[in-house]
Amino acid sequence: MTEELTGAEITIRCLQEEGVEYIFGYPGGAVLFIYDELFKQDKVKHILVRHEQAALHAADGYARSSHKVGVALVTSGPGVTNAVTGIATAYMDSIPLVIISGQVPTAAIGQDAFQEVDTVGITRPCVKHNFLVKDITELATTIKKAFFIASSGRPGPVLVDIPKDVTQQKAHFSYPDSIRMRSYNPVINGNTKQIKKAAELILSAKRPMFYSGGGVILDNAAGVLTELVELLDYPCTNTLMGLGGFPATDKHFVGMLGMHGTYEANMSMQYCDVLIAVGARFDDRVIGNPKHFYSEDRKIIHIDIDPSSISKRVKVDIPIVGGVSQVLKELIKLIKASKEKTDAIALKEWWKQINLWRERDCLKYDRSSRVIKPQMVIEKLYAITKGDAFITSDVGQHQMWAAQFYPFDKPRRWINSGGLGTMGFGLPSAMGVQFANPSSTVACITGEASIQMCIQELSTCKQYQLPLKIINLNNRYMGMVRQWQEFFHGNRYSESYMDALPDFVKLAESYGHVGMKIEKPSDIEGALKDALKLKKRLVFLDFITDQTENVFPMVPGGKGLSEMILV
Amino acid sequence: MRHIISLLMENEAGALSRVAGLFSARGYNIESLNVAPTEDPTLSRMTLVTIGSDEVIEQIKKQLNKLIEVVKIIDLTEGDHIERELMLVKVKAIGDGRDEIKRLTDIFRGSIIDVTDKSYTIELTGTSSKLDAFLQSIGQGIILETIRTGASGLGRGDRMLKL
Repeated sequence: MTEELTGAEITIRCLQEEGVEYIFGYPGGAVLFIYDELFKQDKVKHILVRHEQAALHAADGYARSSHKVGVALVTSGPGVTNAVTGIATAYMDSIPLVIISGQVPTAAIGQDAFQEVDTVGITRPCVKHNFLVKDITELATTIKKAFFIASSGRPGPVLVDIPKDVTQQKAHFSYPDSIRMRSYNPVINGNTKQIKKAAELILSAKRPMFYSGGGVILDNAAGVLTELVELLDYPCTNTLMGLGGFPATDKHFVGMLGMHGTYEANMSMQYCDVLIAVGARFDDRVIGNPKHFYSEDRKIIHIDIDPSSISKRVKVDIPIVGGVSQVLKELIKLIKASKEKTDAIALKEWWKQINLWRERDCLKYDRSSRVIKPQMVIEKLYAITKGDAFITSDVGQHQMWAAQFYPFDKPRRWINSGGLGTMGFGLPSAMGVQFANPSSTVACITGEASIQMCIQELSTCKQYQLPLKIINLNNRYMGMVRQWQEFFHGNRYSESYMDALPDFVKLAESYGHVGMKIEKPSDIEGALKDALKLKKRLVFLDFITDQTENVFPMVPGGKGLSEMILV
Repeated sequence: MRHIISLLMENEAGALSRVAGLFSARGYNIESLNVAPTEDPTLSRMTLVTIGSDEVIEQIKKQLNKLIEVVKIIDLTEGDHIERELMLVKVKAIGDGRDEIKRLTDIFRGSIIDVTDKSYTIELTGTSSKLDAFLQSIGQGIILETIRTGASGLGRGDRMLKL
């Protein structure tokens, strides 16, 4: 007979069985028994955040940078509602998380009890799946299922809601080794016939283009993708979520595409004749107006693990449902074995055209400016960190500049909220990244508006001595809002001005960190070097940047990819 | 086009709201929806009637399949199928009208299952369009109440939705 444990003990034992190193959370009434069990062991380390949103972002950053499942623990009611933004952020970017939430005792459910919300109801639209565990005998299996669902197929957050009385009840504990669910069997291997058709089409292309997204990162397919692209000598672009999925310094890379993508990436995307989409989903920020995208004739191959991502916004010619890594490996095999070769003459012409587009030098900016240009800060950060740092970002102009000016050669180095666009993501996700990569440089590129949305986490950083480098591109505006207002709302800067800013240097110091304020372009390099030398300290670098700088190129909303606003 | 989508799902609390939530979140139409356990009590079978372009229907099916609790789905309208809906209609039935209603009910192969001195309650099964036709024939003026189950259906012959 197996031993009899309380629900709280079972919960912690399950986490131990799953090999969970860190759990990010915040205690409260409904989870007190679980916290009591956490206290009695030291295998699973609990990281106390200052707000539940941050717990989720930290678990998320941990997952993104490590390819492990991130775990968060929150209490019922406000604990859960605070966590919802973080859950939705992970859901939009398909990040594997398991969230354990406390719930009021089963007898109190539905009675409008203190700190009661319908957690399963509130989170349903922003989780891959969720469970309410009413029966203690189902607790262990449910947690097993949660980890399985979160990390398989198209990953995503899974929430397990546990009423307080269930954490007190006792049951025999045994943790299943594996789980089978008749209703959930993600397809891993692509259809052989489709892959064969794709290989033929790829080889027949005159103006080919690889377009890869977050799916390549999630499936650890960067290596195979790189091998395939180089084998063919074809151009490749990455989405915002896909950066690092193909080495940015490789000559086949044409930059990020989309609303703030490079001229060459967007033009190649528009005018290619065969598009190979890998783990990407043709979203509105990537292809702009689908009608305009359709105006050029091209054949599309789409490889994705999620059938519902295929032919959702853009109709494709050869859909392949399967794990991108698996499918790309098959493609490489077929292409290597094929008697057909790529069309060298057409390809040469195509590269000539792409290089002409590259000459447009779409990312240029005024390098001799007397005020700090935000792009320059990122370029210097890239040079000093030798492109090898983990970079998290918040949301807005700084996020786009980071994506444009910090070329990522490796996957899982670029951590940002691409789908939901959550301001406040940068700092807490950087904490998670640092826990997963304790000896690496982790920098958070942010703005003075975004950073204030989760600024309280400076306290968590102090408690756990996280030596993050916060690069605050301070332009005293909600920059991206201001940019849209300048372009599309007649320069009426409605509520986009950040008034009454704190003194960030003093703020950082008050939390026990190092603060620096940098106002001259000539001081950028020195400050960054000084900050990076402080290996054990969090350094908050407040760069006072040009207030009117805009992100270019830009495809305005509703326009097509070739209709960019350029500098 | 109108589609009848039938699905087998785990008979668990919350499964229905996942389907309903999916339709409202993604802006799909639901004409009708019904659900009940099958001969295997761990499974429920749901029938959904929805209207949309081919692309939208394709997405609806993919999205339904993506729900963890959905085990299997079939688009009945894609092949031979039988469709039935049950309707109860309470109508005003006085004087000469009583005979006329009785005749009409017989023509549509319905039956009168409750009678008072002022009203009849008619039970009718058939395709949704047959029920529509009956309501049209009987006329809006005398209808007191209507309740319809929404369409259910099965594939014909070997066409089955089974594990």
